[in-house]
Amino acid sequence: MTAQEIRWFWYASPQTFFPLAGSISRLAAVLAALFAVAGLYIGFFVAPTDAQQGEVYRVIFIHVPAAWMSMFIYVVMAIWSAIGLAMNTRLSAMMARALAPTGALFTFIALWTGSLWGRPTWGTWWVWDARLTSELILLFLYFGFMALTASIDERRRADRAGALLAIVGVVNIPIIYYSVQWWNTLHQGASVSFTQAPSMAATMLTGMLLMALAFWMYSIAVAMVRVRCEIAEEAG
Amino acid sequence: MSEFFAMGGYAFYIWGSYGVTFALLGIEVVLLLKRKREAKA
Repeated sequence: MTAQEIRWFWYASPQTFFPLAGSISRLAAVLAALFAVAGLYIGFFVAPTDAQQGEVYRVIFIHVPAAWMSMFIYVVMAIWSAIGLAMNTRLSAMMARALAPTGALFTFIALWTGSLWGRPTWGTWWVWDARLTSELILLFLYFGFMALTASIDERRRADRAGALLAIVGVVNIPIIYYSVQWWNTLHQGASVSFTQAPSMAATMLTGMLLMALAFWMYSIAVAMVRVRCEIAEEAG
Repeated sequence: MSEFFAMGGYAFYIWGSYGVTFALLGIEVVLLLKRKREAKA
């Protein structure tokens, strides 16, 4: 398939993207359900009990994928914001708006499940270590983006202001990711990285990756429905 | 069966995590479908 066959600029128009977004959301919703069923099955019935932590480690099957999604969605949101600023395309700002609530939700889930895991494992619900604090800042960045874009009436000014906030805030993402290396945190280091073999059983890793795929597909499905709402509300 | 739900004594932490996660995702879907209906998207 050549670049011409994928009609990027054709789909850059909200009106032509509208039906495509509907098809993508339906496909992603089905895949999300399938991956979630497989991931939960492996997470609860196939993966063994952890030798050190016992059953409580099973929180990681949602905690780690949610934390990944919280960072990944923010980066995608910032990229759409940058494209919107550079090319002045209306759909880009709509994509950024469509992603923010789901990104905030996964950030909250990462913090919530981390807290419930930390209590029995560390003996505390919360510590102000670098990983937890920077993830909390990410939640406030999402809230800030949503509040800012909602509070300015003029659409283009609102989108420009939101885009600037999203782009500046992206500096927080490497801080979250590398916080466990840069600072002496209570939070453990990465269990899965690009450079080393994973430090966990293969079935545990499989369950975690399946849940990550499920959350990924869920995010696509929800964001595509939300971008359709954005398009319809602006037209209507 | 009850052994499964007991989660080796960690039931509160496990089901507190999974319950809140899936409840929140469900709420997001419900709110979004309501918005979709109203926007006729």
